[in-house]
Amino acid sequence: MSDELLAIADRVVAMAKPGEQVEAVVVRGTETEIKVFSGDVESLSSAQSQGVGIRVVVDGRQGFAYAGSLDESAIAETLADARDNVSFATFDEFAGLAEPDGVAVPVLDLHRDAMVSFATSDKIAMAIELERVVMAADPRISGIESAEYADSISEAAIATSTGIRTVGSETSCYVATYAMAADGDETQTGFGFSVGREPSDLDPSRAALEAASRATRMLGAVQPPSGRLTVVLDPWVTAQFLGILGYTLDGESVLKGRSLFADRLGESVGSSLLTLIDDPTDVRSFTATDADGEGLAARRNVLIENGVLQQFVHNAYSARRAGTVSTGNAVRGFKSTPSVGCLSVSLVPGNSDPAALIASINDGVLVQEVSGLHSGVNPVSGDFSTGAEGLRIRNGELAEPVREFTIASTLQKMLRDVQAVGNDLEFLPMNASGVSLVVADLTVSGS
Amino acid sequence: MIEQSVLEEVLGVAMRTGGEFAEVFAEDRRNASAVLDDGRVEELTSGRDRGAGIRVVVGETTGFAHTADLSEAGLIAAAEAAAAAARGGGGGTNVVALHRGTSSRGYDIETFPGDVPKARKVELLTRADEAARAVGDAISQVSVSYGDNRRRILVANSDGVFVEDDTVRTFFAVSCVATGDTGMQTGRESVGHTIGFELFDMYDIDQLARNAAERAITKLAARPAPSGQMPVVIGSGGGGVLFHEACGHGLEADLVSKGASVFRGRVGQQVASKGVTVVDDGTMAREWGNIAIDDEGNPAQRNVLIEDGILTDYMWDHLRARKEGRRSSGNGRRQSYQNLPMVRMTNTYLLAGEEDPESIIASTPKGVYVKHLGGGQVNTATGDFVFGMTEAYLIEDGKVTEPLREGNLIGNGPEVLQRIDALGNDFAMGPPGTCGKDGQGVPVGDGVPTLRVSSLTIGGTAA
Repeated sequence: MSDELLAIADRVVAMAKPGEQVEAVVVRGTETEIKVFSGDVESLSSAQSQGVGIRVVVDGRQGFAYAGSLDESAIAETLADARDNVSFATFDEFAGLAEPDGVAVPVLDLHRDAMVSFATSDKIAMAIELERVVMAADPRISGIESAEYADSISEAAIATSTGIRTVGSETSCYVATYAMAADGDETQTGFGFSVGREPSDLDPSRAALEAASRATRMLGAVQPPSGRLTVVLDPWVTAQFLGILGYTLDGESVLKGRSLFADRLGESVGSSLLTLIDDPTDVRSFTATDADGEGLAARRNVLIENGVLQQFVHNAYSARRAGTVSTGNAVRGFKSTPSVGCLSVSLVPGNSDPAALIASINDGVLVQEVSGLHSGVNPVSGDFSTGAEGLRIRNGELAEPVREFTIASTLQKMLRDVQAVGNDLEFLPMNASGVSLVVADLTVSGS
Repeated sequence: MIEQSVLEEVLGVAMRTGGEFAEVFAEDRRNASAVLDDGRVEELTSGRDRGAGIRVVVGETTGFAHTADLSEAGLIAAAEAAAAAARGGGGGTNVVALHRGTSSRGYDIETFPGDVPKARKVELLTRADEAARAVGDAISQVSVSYGDNRRRILVANSDGVFVEDDTVRTFFAVSCVATGDTGMQTGRESVGHTIGFELFDMYDIDQLARNAAERAITKLAARPAPSGQMPVVIGSGGGGVLFHEACGHGLEADLVSKGASVFRGRVGQQVASKGVTVVDDGTMAREWGNIAIDDEGNPAQRNVLIEDGILTDYMWDHLRARKEGRRSSGNGRRQSYQNLPMVRMTNTYLLAGEEDPESIIASTPKGVYVKHLGGGQVNTATGDFVFGMTEAYLIEDGKVTEPLREGNLIGNGPEVLQRIDALGNDFAMGPPGTCGKDGQGVPVGDGVPTLRVSSLTIGGTAA
């Protein structure tokens, strides 16, 4: 089936005129999303979507267009629009498509036939079971904000006039729920999820119990006093910070003077406990992929090793401009040209289990949820301040729940203040995986 | 976009398996954008998305399918898929007769961006880049983006509604990085309206670029924001997101009906300080959240949510209103034909009070003056929210003094509404926003006069 997409991409590329580089990205996906409420299906969406993105480069100028259709006429119009857009770009000697680099695209087990053949009725049953387990988990559970099952089967083909021809298909699915717990007038919420490539990977009960537990343990939460404290970030929270850290290590931000690590290659930028990798070839990762957004092989890159900055990530353009080679980190959908980014970032796990990390702290906070990262973290300056909730740690033990406070520092300082890295690597529904992380001297703002 | 007879046929098919309500939402959208970064016009992008989403409601269940194929065969296939998803038990023939309605936004688009030569759009980028860089050597990087879109929609449903609309939006933004001894800081300005290329008659692009550059440079000298609770004065036009987050989301009927809102069951009660009136208004001419009809075919309305501190009503979409036996408030919106509609805000704002904004600051001995807020986030079930300060200053002895570095503010919606103790007479709408809910983004506007919250938690790093 993906061959059909590659054939379309080939046809577009064959239309390249002399002196013109042409790239076609052709995608198609089937998605199902089921939301349940009160034991019944609230909505069931099932849809096929497709699209094409065409990039044209002529004499150092680039133009782009896309269409959410694979009709012959839409493709012809898109190619014409992309060509027309070329003339308005500024000349850039580094502009150009990716070229084959000899790195073989890895063969990863990303497509599962079991996902394709999973019946709709079984998907509904799984979502209803998810909700049922949440509601039955604890008498204080007062309702659910959402309980859903979703899956997707996506195929993509990339071809260029420079000789790239890559095609791939992958499946994924997840269940996710937001539970509410109430005690008198007070309500607290908690989420839980489970992700996989096929239904047998999913554990709806675990997701449901996690959501119920997160909601109920927040009941009675108070605002903590302000001060400087040692904080344990749980894997979910660590992963969100790693996602932002990834942005500061992208080659394009570095070249354009937007990375606070621009001049730090080879230098120590954090605790020696930190080894940060970007490895989209690890199939356990939700965002694992065999190829990047330009059709080059995805690969494992070590970004920070024992606290020392090793390299930035690049796509073809940023690499050419930086005088290096692409690290296979072009990121895009069919509606945009490739940018640069980490695909699946994580810390190499440490030795301590999370309970031991908690036991080592006299006075601190376990942060289990952060909010407002998109507004509260400035990846250019490094300043950050995010809303948080979690549990107080006293004398090595988890104590009362706390909410309505912020944690603040700078990314630079936080990397240096890492005291311990947990052994509890968790794969999450995002482009980063998490471990428990102990960070000293964060400013907690509360009452 | 689609013939009436075809729509009637498709709705009939959608209802055939026992559906109680069926709807066709078709959309034809063209996007154009241009980006200048690092001194170069990187590229122009043109995009087109065209398709239809069909939903069928049976009992409490909604079935939904979408297709990029607007032919009769394509629409019927999607209608059958949506009907199957809703699993209706009934059968028989359903005749749907559509009555063509009209939509009007009360003003005309003067210059359709599609008619403007691309070279003129590119020229704006270059001009803004030069103006920003001319502000000072400290400006080390500038990125400028231009975007316009034209969205034609058609809504037809089994209640006989048949209406079309054509919406044009134009957007422009400048982001600067300033570099100094203290590191790098950023400044951004954006403007966007539901109008055409006449946007650039309303705004001086050079001034916009200079403001963004100056904001970044000012922050180079900024000190860390304080940590802890203190009075916060929000600047006119710069802080509407506070009400979008602190109460707007909590007044969306879909969340209320699930018990996922702290405002559930509180209509008629005093939920905010006296004098506080909050409105959601899709009819606000030319504003970013303006709509003539919502994405369910209902005319846009001006809805008063809180009047003089008393909660008057929630916002409604078709489904939630139907359950309650009332009319939709015109708040059913969706990102595209690929999404189901849900309750969404349009332009949400707090009406002006009577105080002189200067005197609000002068009567604040110690606190923070937030001229511009960034994005925010709320947990509607608990009411806890955060939002970022992108431009803020200390208030000392009733005067605005030193600039502060970025940080988040954190608070609880119902508590903050009760703590508003001063409202200025200087109402203004703020910059264009994109509201995200359940993975869907829609354009929204917000506005506030200068106002003071007697106590909010500031999440800085200074003691």
